[in-house]
Amino acid sequence: MAVIARLESDTRAAARGWSDLTIRNIFILPTLAFLIVFNIFPLIYSLGYSFTDFRASVNDPVNFVGLQNYRELLNDPNIWRNFTVTAQYVIVSVGGQVIVGFGLALLLNRKIPFKGLITTLLLLPMMMSMAVVGLFWKLLYDPSWGIINYALGLGSFDWLSDPDVALYAVAITDIWMWAPFVMLLSLAGLSAVPQHLYEAAAIDRAGTWYTFTRITLPLVAPILIIAIIFRTMEAFKSFDLPFIMSGQPTTEMISIRLYKMAFQEWQTGRSSALAYIVLIVVLAITNIYVKYLNKVKER
Amino acid sequence: MAEIALQNIEKYFGDNYVIRKLNLTIAHKEFVVLLGPSGCGKTTTLRAIAGLETIDTGDIRIDGKAVQDLRASDRDIAFVFQLFALYPHLTAYDNIAFPLRATRESKAEVDTKVRAVARSLRIEHLLNQRPSALSGGDMQRVAIGRALVRRPKAMLMDEPIGALDAALREEMRSELKRLHIENDSTTVYVTHDQVEAMSLADRIAIMNDGVLQQVGTPGEVYQYPTNLFVAQFIGSPVMNILPATVRAGGADGAEVVIGDGDAVFGFPADLPKRLEAKSYDSLVLGVRPEGVIISTTETAGHVPVEAHIIEPLGAYDIVDLKIGEQLLRARTHSGMVERVGETVWARLDAAQTHFFDTKSGDSLNIRLGEENGTRQA
Repeated sequence: MAVIARLESDTRAAARGWSDLTIRNIFILPTLAFLIVFNIFPLIYSLGYSFTDFRASVNDPVNFVGLQNYRELLNDPNIWRNFTVTAQYVIVSVGGQVIVGFGLALLLNRKIPFKGLITTLLLLPMMMSMAVVGLFWKLLYDPSWGIINYALGLGSFDWLSDPDVALYAVAITDIWMWAPFVMLLSLAGLSAVPQHLYEAAAIDRAGTWYTFTRITLPLVAPILIIAIIFRTMEAFKSFDLPFIMSGQPTTEMISIRLYKMAFQEWQTGRSSALAYIVLIVVLAITNIYVKYLNKVKER
Repeated sequence: MAEIALQNIEKYFGDNYVIRKLNLTIAHKEFVVLLGPSGCGKTTTLRAIAGLETIDTGDIRIDGKAVQDLRASDRDIAFVFQLFALYPHLTAYDNIAFPLRATRESKAEVDTKVRAVARSLRIEHLLNQRPSALSGGDMQRVAIGRALVRRPKAMLMDEPIGALDAALREEMRSELKRLHIENDSTTVYVTHDQVEAMSLADRIAIMNDGVLQQVGTPGEVYQYPTNLFVAQFIGSPVMNILPATVRAGGADGAEVVIGDGDAVFGFPADLPKRLEAKSYDSLVLGVRPEGVIISTTETAGHVPVEAHIIEPLGAYDIVDLKIGEQLLRARTHSGMVERVGETVWARLDAAQTHFFDTKSGDSLNIRLGEENGTRQA
């Protein structure tokens, strides 16, 4: 009797003799399968392609070409130009997001009325679809009837066709969309700084700027770096906004080049190699940040 | 160094009246402890002096100058927080150097001062550690170092050793006392621990419900509490409080009847006359455990009572005596009363007996002549 009573009080799974470990594995399995089929397998398969002259559009036999794809890509000045454009975009866009986002977080990190509502409204851009944002900003930038030229009194200045400005115009849209993300993480970081440290600083006769640079910034730094890591990775492989908003060669970032190579020129093998180069660059940049993050967190 | 004067301070948190017409002057170089239970307004008072909290009315004067409208950074006061409030990303050295660097002192000067303070606090070997690597006691030493390093006009401490364990508290207590003597700084110290208050203070200011109850030296507040609150808050174990009536008669000339005649103790003959001069509703008698004198043999002038509970505390015992429904705690030398249920003979030391008005709780300030040799149980 006692045994039956004990079983009834347990879960059915336990009654069937499943341990916690088994149940855990059952939950993990679908994710694992999904990852293998859609991420790991293509990753390895495309690594193989990157050493061939495979073209998905034709039925030619596939030849192994060794490192030829990599060699040619790295010697191609156009690819280097794509990388330069990408770097410019990343620096302007992420830099802008950090300045705007952190600034907004500082403004919000105090007692203000309707703080919750304001925060939610500020987060809205982040929740929209990239394609929709791109199309709308295209309208806003429109030379003849866009509101931006109207507001700034710029006449019929064509933001998205001007080769010197187009990239920055796209970056501004990206800043508008993603500064709230930096704001959100910064806000979490700022509110985690204990109030008594600011009191201690006031007692220690530290001025506003001194308190900001010696207390606020160092304590928010780890979470800010995490925001920067995310945004850099995203900005580096940015595709939708520049693709939708501008067809300028000056806005041809590496991801757009990659897309054209793979799906317009059908150089499947070569584009796989380029994708791998991009992956390595992104990993390298992330690694630098993570190293720095660990250094900051040691404090 | 400074004199701090609080004049008619009032503070509300919403509808909550947390400091009520507080007047207190802390003399130059004095060590004053604000003592009271949680929520009595002592910490708010301290934070108001520091400028971390605004006050609604009244003046806070430091060396005669009204400072209530100045920011904390302009008051030149150091503050030691209960939870240390060390900057977690800075080393002990940088923490102590922070107030000096914030006011742009030269590098050489900062170094000299930080090392001098570290030496006096005996934390020189910890200067390169971050707070997370320090023990509670060392963290508080660093926090005190940060407060001392700039030689402020006054030091304010908010339960600085409240978060430490008992043994460390005792050690830090004597260290704080030594530092106060060495540094000569005017100090205001907040605690709810009366032992800490007694051992550290030049004067103790006892607060309850936002009202200052009594200010006096540790001896004064212990021996002459102005009201029942102070009487029961100071001293451990707490003072015995028993309802009583006084009448003339008996061998000593006067008698104090506890409760409804549960026990009758002899008192000096001038007690009824002195009580007559006072106005009161009904009487409460207060006597500390050491004012209850016990004999294990039948003695003249002593009342037989039953030992109800015995708490052996090593150096002395606390014996609860049963008087009707009430308990009277007596302090005896250890092992004097051996068994619970035993009958012992007790009397009250008139010099250590206080009389309070039941209604107002105020002391009637009756101080009967001291008896020689009865101070120690």
